[in-house]
Amino acid sequence: MNKFLMSGNFIIGEAAIRAGCRFYAGYPITPQNELTEYMAEHMRRAEGGVFLQSESEVAAINMIAGASAAGARVMTSSSSPGISLKQEGISSMAACELPGVIVNIMRGGPGLGNIRPSQGDYFQATRGGGHGDYRTMVFAPATCQELADLTMDAFDYADKYRTPVMILADGMMGQMMEPVIFKKPKPRQYPEKFMLRGAGDGKSKFIRGLLLDPIDSEEHNWKLARKYEVIVENETRHEEHLCDDADLAIVAYGTAARIAKGAIKRLQDSGMKVGLFRPITLWPFPEMKLRALSEKVKRFLVFEMSTGQMLDDVRLALQGYAQIDFHGRPGGAVPTPAELANVVARVYSKKAQTVY
Amino acid sequence: MVKIVSQRPKSLKDKIFHYCPGCGHSIVHRIMCEVIDEMDIRGITIGVPPAGCAVLAYNYFDVDMIEAPHGRGPAMASGIKRALPDRIVFSYQGDGDLAAIGIAESFHAANRGENITVIFINNAVYGMTGGQMAPTTMLNQRTTTSPDGRKQSLDGYPVKVSEIFSQLPGTTYIERCMVNSPAGVNKTKKAIRKAFQCQRDGLGFSLVEILSPCPTNWKMNTIDSCKWIDDVMSNVFPPGVFKDDIKARATEAAV
Amino acid sequence: MITKVIFSGFGGQGVLMMGTSLAHSAMNQGFHVTYLPAYGAEMRGGTANCTVAVADEEIASPVASEPDYLIVMNSPSLFSFQTKVSARGTIFLNSSIISERPSRRDVAVYAVPCGEIAQDLGNTRVANVIMMGAFIKKSGIVKADTYLKSLETIMGSRKKGVAEINRKAFAAGFDFIKD
Repeated sequence: MNKFLMSGNFIIGEAAIRAGCRFYAGYPITPQNELTEYMAEHMRRAEGGVFLQSESEVAAINMIAGASAAGARVMTSSSSPGISLKQEGISSMAACELPGVIVNIMRGGPGLGNIRPSQGDYFQATRGGGHGDYRTMVFAPATCQELADLTMDAFDYADKYRTPVMILADGMMGQMMEPVIFKKPKPRQYPEKFMLRGAGDGKSKFIRGLLLDPIDSEEHNWKLARKYEVIVENETRHEEHLCDDADLAIVAYGTAARIAKGAIKRLQDSGMKVGLFRPITLWPFPEMKLRALSEKVKRFLVFEMSTGQMLDDVRLALQGYAQIDFHGRPGGAVPTPAELANVVARVYSKKAQTVY
Repeated sequence: MVKIVSQRPKSLKDKIFHYCPGCGHSIVHRIMCEVIDEMDIRGITIGVPPAGCAVLAYNYFDVDMIEAPHGRGPAMASGIKRALPDRIVFSYQGDGDLAAIGIAESFHAANRGENITVIFINNAVYGMTGGQMAPTTMLNQRTTTSPDGRKQSLDGYPVKVSEIFSQLPGTTYIERCMVNSPAGVNKTKKAIRKAFQCQRDGLGFSLVEILSPCPTNWKMNTIDSCKWIDDVMSNVFPPGVFKDDIKARATEAAV
Repeated sequence: MITKVIFSGFGGQGVLMMGTSLAHSAMNQGFHVTYLPAYGAEMRGGTANCTVAVADEEIASPVASEPDYLIVMNSPSLFSFQTKVSARGTIFLNSSIISERPSRRDVAVYAVPCGEIAQDLGNTRVANVIMMGAFIKKSGIVKADTYLKSLETIMGSRKKGVAEINRKAFAAGFDFIKD
């Protein structure tokens, strides 16, 4: 197996092309420009590959929606403010059950914010983001290897559930280089009957999200909801690190989870038993897995590069089962493992409260 | 023996239009389907209807269709066409869809010279939402959101899509027609055929703007609506061919 | 065992290349490695810096709050980063353009006149490779052979002679540090 040293943005691009992505549209925005540039350069080597620099993020998401309907494997990418612009199209793709991969290399917000790594888009990513009753699957890689693996998987899940799937990383993941091995992609399994390629001699088809009859629309919503239930049931992923005999577990994802691992190492050296629960899918959130862990671990510290968004999901999973503390650094600030270790040590030595 | 002089085009579904009496959409749907039949392209055509009255166009066109969010038709059509270059792809848009909320998508699809066809229904008013001001509403024209008539000082000027888009080097064929008379309908059909042929020959972006009556929101009867297009609308939006580079492009392509 | 290194200098001094070349050679020698560039809104001017972590185990944070090594190619970088270097850490500085010396007393300092050495070699653009020679000799993070092979791979064979001058530059820096 060949090992490559590549930046996160390049890795996503390479993994996508290897996974059979043949249509990419995007609009430049820092800190994900290298991904757009990689697709411009390398989509050419893929037969039938199309790279299109769109006039806006709004256009990009609709371009990939069109190409997806036409049967191509599709991807677009952006960073926080651009993802806000894509929401109309993401909602539309969810409604029309069009597969596609959307990459968000998060930066500081709200508004234009800044271009530093941040995790302020958790709510937007996991609650649907656009209007209406829908969800998108959200993967939160924490290493460059996971960026490669999950990008490839994202295409398979998008097809399997006919839904937009999001890769949620941040500026640090996008810019960082680590060695990576690209796995062999699975052959695509996406039935032609879902594609719009011209009716030929047969019956014409249409793809739509507009259902004027409320009963039809309600049924469509429930159909989507049943699909999301299946995803929740089957597709959660997470990692537990040193949780077996931990007195306290940090809950963190992506870059924050890496920082947490660094902090845990320092805490180990001072004799504290601290583990990490790392959601890899943010939606579906590994709620039951986290609750199961609360049978062993009674104290949790949620750590996010935000003011506390995943915290809500942790509360839903653990409220009444365990004690929950929070540490957050929003707006593009990236804490050091030493800082987090100090925070954890303080919580660790606090007298445990009774939990109801 | 009975001689058939007129029948429903094969590409038009056997359904009763939901459009208001006197509306131009049903006429345009029908002549588009006639062209699709005549060119025998039903099996390779993919249409993108807009948000607006024609959002339900897939109930009538018997071709593959996918609905776009408001104004995004040309972006979606670009995606479809780039993924399937040998299909005939059209977006069907109203004045709000093309010239207001979707002006960026329309402008840039045209500027890229996407090999697609845009059918643009200009009725100077927002139809489906109940007669509000459109980007093509004319100065002093009353709508529900310009109750004293469109004022330049507040609302600016009506957008002349054909004139503007014909300036873009990416466009190949642009014509403005009217469907307010049998002659106008025939002329419009010819323009649509030319636009589709332009696309089939791979010659680039084509747009047919159609001045189309909206008696309900104009608050006129159907006859007066047709007259109003002649007497008022066509003065601001004169019909004609604004761009025809078909021959030049064909020569270029041959070289 | 984990070693973290910060490279810093003006944009254009090849600072990011110093980081990527170290990261490549560490990977090729079988280590875990992360490379993290600082990125800003401006395309030219200002300082460029990057952080490389090399370890024989999984690397948690790619950020170095207390780097073991600091390699600075200009004065502003020295002032920005010298306080972060871990106690008993090491600072390499490009003494050709840095006249100041670190205020820290608990770190080892190597002043390498990269500019002058480069001039002697007849190519002022290899100052960064000279510094890498000195750094790798002293730190021993990767083998010199591995480094040079990796450098050749990432530079490509675009120009004949590039590999040759790089080898010379690396050797000059390597030999500058006495055992």
